[in-house]
Amino acid sequence: MARTETDPDNPSTSGSGAQEATNPPRTPNRRGIELVMLGFVAVIVTSALALISINQESQPGTQVLYYGLAFLALFGLTHLAVRRWAPYGDPLILPLVAFLNGFGLVLIHRVDIGDAAAAERAGETANAAAPSQVLYTAIGLVLFVLLIKIVSDHRTLAKYAYTCGLAGLVALALPAVLPGFIAPTKNGAKLWISIGSLSFQPAEFAKILLLVFFAAFLVSKRELFTTAGRRFLGIDFPRARDLAPVLVAWAASIGIVVLERDLGTSLLFFGIVLVMIYIATERAVWIAIGLSLFALGCAVAYPLFGHLQERVDAWLNPLTSDSGYQLRKALFGMAEGGIGGSGLGGGRPAIVPYAKSDFILSTAAEELGLLGLAVFLMVYLLLTARGLRVALAARDSFGKLLAGGLSFAISFQVFVVAGGVTGLIPLTGLTTPFLAAGGSSLVGNYVLVALLLRISDSSRRPQQPSRPQPKQPPIAEAHTELVERPR
Amino acid sequence: MNKPLRRVAMAMMAMIVLLLANATYVQVIRADELRSQSGNQRTLYKEYSTPRGQLIADGKLLASSEPTGEERFKYERKYANGPAFAPATGFYSFVYGSKGVERAENEVLNGNADSLAFNRLQGMLTGEEKKGGNVELTLNPEMQRTAYQQLAGDGVRGSVVALNPQDGSILAMANAPSYDPNEFAGQSRNKQAEAWNELKDAPGDPMVNRATSTLYPPGSTFKLITAAAALESGKYDYDTQVTAAPSIDLPKSNATLPNYGNNTCGTMPTAPLWEAMARSCNTAFAEVAGDVGEQKLREAAQSFGFGEDLNVPMSVANSSLGEINGPAPLYQTGIGQRDVRMTPMQNAMVASAIANDGKLMKPHLVDKTLAPDMSVLNRTEPEQLSQAVPGDTAHTLRDMMVKAEQRAGDEGKISGVQIASKTGTAQHGSGKDPHGWYVAFAPAENPKIAVAAVVEDGGNVGANATGSKIAAPVARAVIRAGLQGGG
Repeated sequence: MARTETDPDNPSTSGSGAQEATNPPRTPNRRGIELVMLGFVAVIVTSALALISINQESQPGTQVLYYGLAFLALFGLTHLAVRRWAPYGDPLILPLVAFLNGFGLVLIHRVDIGDAAAAERAGETANAAAPSQVLYTAIGLVLFVLLIKIVSDHRTLAKYAYTCGLAGLVALALPAVLPGFIAPTKNGAKLWISIGSLSFQPAEFAKILLLVFFAAFLVSKRELFTTAGRRFLGIDFPRARDLAPVLVAWAASIGIVVLERDLGTSLLFFGIVLVMIYIATERAVWIAIGLSLFALGCAVAYPLFGHLQERVDAWLNPLTSDSGYQLRKALFGMAEGGIGGSGLGGGRPAIVPYAKSDFILSTAAEELGLLGLAVFLMVYLLLTARGLRVALAARDSFGKLLAGGLSFAISFQVFVVAGGVTGLIPLTGLTTPFLAAGGSSLVGNYVLVALLLRISDSSRRPQQPSRPQPKQPPIAEAHTELVERPR
Repeated sequence: MNKPLRRVAMAMMAMIVLLLANATYVQVIRADELRSQSGNQRTLYKEYSTPRGQLIADGKLLASSEPTGEERFKYERKYANGPAFAPATGFYSFVYGSKGVERAENEVLNGNADSLAFNRLQGMLTGEEKKGGNVELTLNPEMQRTAYQQLAGDGVRGSVVALNPQDGSILAMANAPSYDPNEFAGQSRNKQAEAWNELKDAPGDPMVNRATSTLYPPGSTFKLITAAAALESGKYDYDTQVTAAPSIDLPKSNATLPNYGNNTCGTMPTAPLWEAMARSCNTAFAEVAGDVGEQKLREAAQSFGFGEDLNVPMSVANSSLGEINGPAPLYQTGIGQRDVRMTPMQNAMVASAIANDGKLMKPHLVDKTLAPDMSVLNRTEPEQLSQAVPGDTAHTLRDMMVKAEQRAGDEGKISGVQIASKTGTAQHGSGKDPHGWYVAFAPAENPKIAVAAVVEDGGNVGANATGSKIAAPVARAVIRAGLQGGG
């Protein structure tokens, strides 16, 4: 664990009783740290952008500086909003997110340049993704600010748990049931809703809605899951009927694989649900049950679905199988990067398909090397560790469970996507949080960290000193008084 | 809920550690293997971003890398007199890979060879751009040009190979039709594809290196090997009388085997072996082959290099006698008909061994590899493949070839130079004009050049073509170019 007892950051984690000191010293809100860190991030991101210009042999004009300032202004405004509406929120979460988002923009711009060059050779024009990603960043930040302003207490969310759950399910199922002209199949997955030139992935939002629902549901029904059923082989198994939520989640996951043909989303949902049940019940047996169900699902689905077999074949034989060409190109790029990378703007990341979305980590690994990739992974680790701190510090069970679930969601998504891109696990179609090009993912993730910041704020906010009760002797100890009736 | 949250934190850390371990495996441990994979575009681009070494022959530049001013492929290959030298140089294409010496000596040319490790280190320390090493070929540019012009100028199909009998240097290796390797050196994939498709379907297979890959029936040039077998058997010498009949019956068969034009071999009923050679009498050599037997004939062919895998550095197709079932096929084999197949390279090797007192030297095309500063990295040492025949047998064969040359027409004869030769006219299927062969070395007493020339399908003469009419002038011009330095 990242926390020690002497950690000054978080005096409230060791239990709810710690706050009882009379007139606690004013809790530092540490917004200053956040601002300094944001400035630091802006400098790094601007330098990275300048490096690309230099390596692509064009002069880094004053434009780069303007971009940097605009970036700083955007996050500076967000910072002010946090200062106003979530003053006790974790000071590292926003800078870490800004780092990822900023570097994502830089890398997307990098691949845009490569794509443009390739398109020029072919006599075509390529669509640049960086400008729209800037727009999505702005939208995401606006939503982030709105969320921390409107939701002044995360516990209000628990009241809308069933609404969230229903909305989440609908959003998740929508692309699967909609006809092809609204919900087209892209890269084999039916995950998108396209209206005109706008397209988005409802699953990114469904993830958060369902997380809220599950957190509230599990907290209210905790006792159910902890009721011991039969004891077998030294393990307490839950009662059969208590398995229902897990089974429902499992069925939904399989539904996603079958109907939307998306392995990543399915894996993500199932993983999140399992871990949330585990956190809520503190019983590892749920993980064991979940993993067995997962194994069963794999065993049943594998022979039935060609796209699963292709994925596995591509994973096992990336260098030889036909379906492995994406992974093969990514691996080549990573190998070319080696330890130190080719330098920003010095490699050829655009060779890899989807180099700015699904494979953005291979872009990072090629140009920034193993070291650069390690930095990104460590930033994710820091971000999710901060998220778990929020969970540990949360004063209410719902906040704890929600923060834990949200943090794990980021972490697990990073694992699935990075593992896929580097050939550790079969490749799935998940996006890299905050880094990858894509509006739904970016905006969705801003909603996610807004919730984290909200929980963090309320858990660190100094409690209103409770109003002193008028001292009244207990009734039992009061002297019996004889009241004489006036005559 | 804090205990499971801490465990989840451990799991998140474990996931990041796994990702980092796997990334290290891909980017560090497996990096070299991945970089050297075929189909890795990046490696190709990198090769094009450093100047590739030159191909040189006798001080003349055959291939060099010229800066293009383009971003993607910074250097482009230029071939001087491309079609003439294509069989040796091969090509170097980012679409179609490479061929010839470009392929065989790729490591030297791109600068990655072990022998260039010191130069690479030097370059790293001084910050100099990486350069490839150079390769000096054994070709005599004058002879090579002459050989190509002789074939292509007449618009015939065929091949010429000239060797230095003393050390096995390949002095000329030309084919017609040929192709221009410059067509595969350009920046445009589409143009390369266009050229490739055109050449692939072009009549006469211009991309085939006839000198080393095409197996021709050798016709009467094979009588040199039959004669060698006869002399080796001890039953024959220079003057041994053999049949002079214009036609003989093939044993155990209804077919007859006639001399060319149904002529008698001289004026007598029998003729000495040398005269049978000089007049190229089929009946005599058929009977000689039948007399010495299959075993001895195969041994003789083997000692001249038949059936041995050879790389010069391009691999040479295996010449062979084919199946010999019974005496009639043996008779036909003895005069180079039936299933005997030889490459022009193999036939030049026969002449070369006879010229060099029976010692067969290994043909080779690469004389030296040179560092970018032209210091010698490696020099090919002459290597003896075998003692094809004892010295005195070689001299007897030489004397027969001198006699043969006297009857092989006068076209292109070189005054003051005694050539030793053997012609061949190979039937290959009814309705097709014969291939003309001419195998020779000169000067007969002090051989400097051994040459084999083949002109396909009657050249420009048609059905009446003979080796002396169509192939001899080509080879003599090449010899003259070599001995006198000018066509």
